[in-house]
Amino acid sequence: MSFWRQALEIARVDLTVEQRVGSTLRITLPFAVVALIVFPLALGLQLGVISAIGVGVFWALGILYGMQVALRQSATDGRERRDLHALLGVDPAARFTGRVISGGVLMVGFLLVLLGAMTVLFDPLLPEGAWPVLLLSTLLVAIGLTELATLAGEVTSGLSNRSVLASLIVAPLALPLIIGASQSVGALERDTSILPWILLLIASDLALAVAGVGLAQPLEEATR
Amino acid sequence: MEPVAHFDKAGVSLGGRPVLRGLDLIVAPREIVGISGPNGSGKTTLIRTAATLTTPDRGSVTILGKDTRGRDLGATRRSIGMIGHSPGLIGELTLGENLDHVARLAGIERARVGRALDVVGLGEVAGRRAEASSFGMRRRVEIARLLLTKPRLLLLDEAASGLDEAARQLIDALVESVCAREGACIVVSHDRAHLDGLCTRVTSLAGGSLEGSSA
Repeated sequence: MSFWRQALEIARVDLTVEQRVGSTLRITLPFAVVALIVFPLALGLQLGVISAIGVGVFWALGILYGMQVALRQSATDGRERRDLHALLGVDPAARFTGRVISGGVLMVGFLLVLLGAMTVLFDPLLPEGAWPVLLLSTLLVAIGLTELATLAGEVTSGLSNRSVLASLIVAPLALPLIIGASQSVGALERDTSILPWILLLIASDLALAVAGVGLAQPLEEATR
Repeated sequence: MEPVAHFDKAGVSLGGRPVLRGLDLIVAPREIVGISGPNGSGKTTLIRTAATLTTPDRGSVTILGKDTRGRDLGATRRSIGMIGHSPGLIGELTLGENLDHVARLAGIERARVGRALDVVGLGEVAGRRAEASSFGMRRRVEIARLLLTKPRLLLLDEAASGLDEAARQLIDALVESVCAREGACIVVSHDRAHLDGLCTRVTSLAGGSLEGSSA
């Protein structure tokens, strides 16, 4: 079976399981929206401040809760399933790619809903032409964060405190993503080029993709 | 004729502790080797080593002509079938969907999924979720999986424990079908009587070495 067919099959089953478990839709997303609501209340309903910080709050919560989407339990393989995939000849790189596809679909949906909620709750002050940049940044952050969390999930596979360790790995390594995303909109406000920041996001996504695919096989062997 | 599995003074350590010590074992085509032994004697490690999932750190293990320490084991692994202690099913999928997933990943014609489920007696309950199914039903899905993938080396690690007589007969039939294709089987069990009835040769493992193996 070809690499892409294996990857798509892994992604298809992941999404089917997630549809039935519903951890992203029923748990993570409502908590993230509640966290969005808490910010204006904590700031004492100062409308000017709320509008100014809206996009920043979106990125912070998007990264933090997005990690939980990417590290969801349904994306975790036990030893038996890993053994089964190995004996079926599933390429570890295809499994990584499949996980990124399914996680990416969920992450894009999650971030778009969160972005919509932020827009309603914070009425953010955005410079002209900011929406296409914001949407592009959201897409690139979703891909990078999913790759990063999937890689961290593989590194910590089989460990009892996997979710904590994986989060600790993802949080600092996600800095280029959050900087690139926030600065791309910031560049519009400063009337400077957004290109370096978009390129930072693209470079981060590509580097993580290469690392994930390249390390998939050795990680598979090391964590067996 | 080339052996299906060849352990040549194979040693395996897990976490720095030697589990298999200088193990010699040759499994010829059509042979069914039964292995018994006390808990902790290394039976599961032997099975995982034969499945290429664990690599020997001393000696060598050759499966279907391929040294397991080498790279690119994909083709060899596709010729190995294993039933371990726990059924490796996805709980949120139905029994049928689990088997369909295997068929898709292995590039097997999906029409065969329904037939395999019928053979193992799960045709009527294929729509039941794996997490809501009994251990015996989940085990039968694994038997159906091996009917689909048609391995040349079949590895059974306590596969029959906890199963009713009908399911045990399915496993015995599976073993016979593998041997009929010039394959071979390694069967690990505490049930010596079952091994004696099924296997062409039965040996015991103690302290990481087989009876008669040099340490």
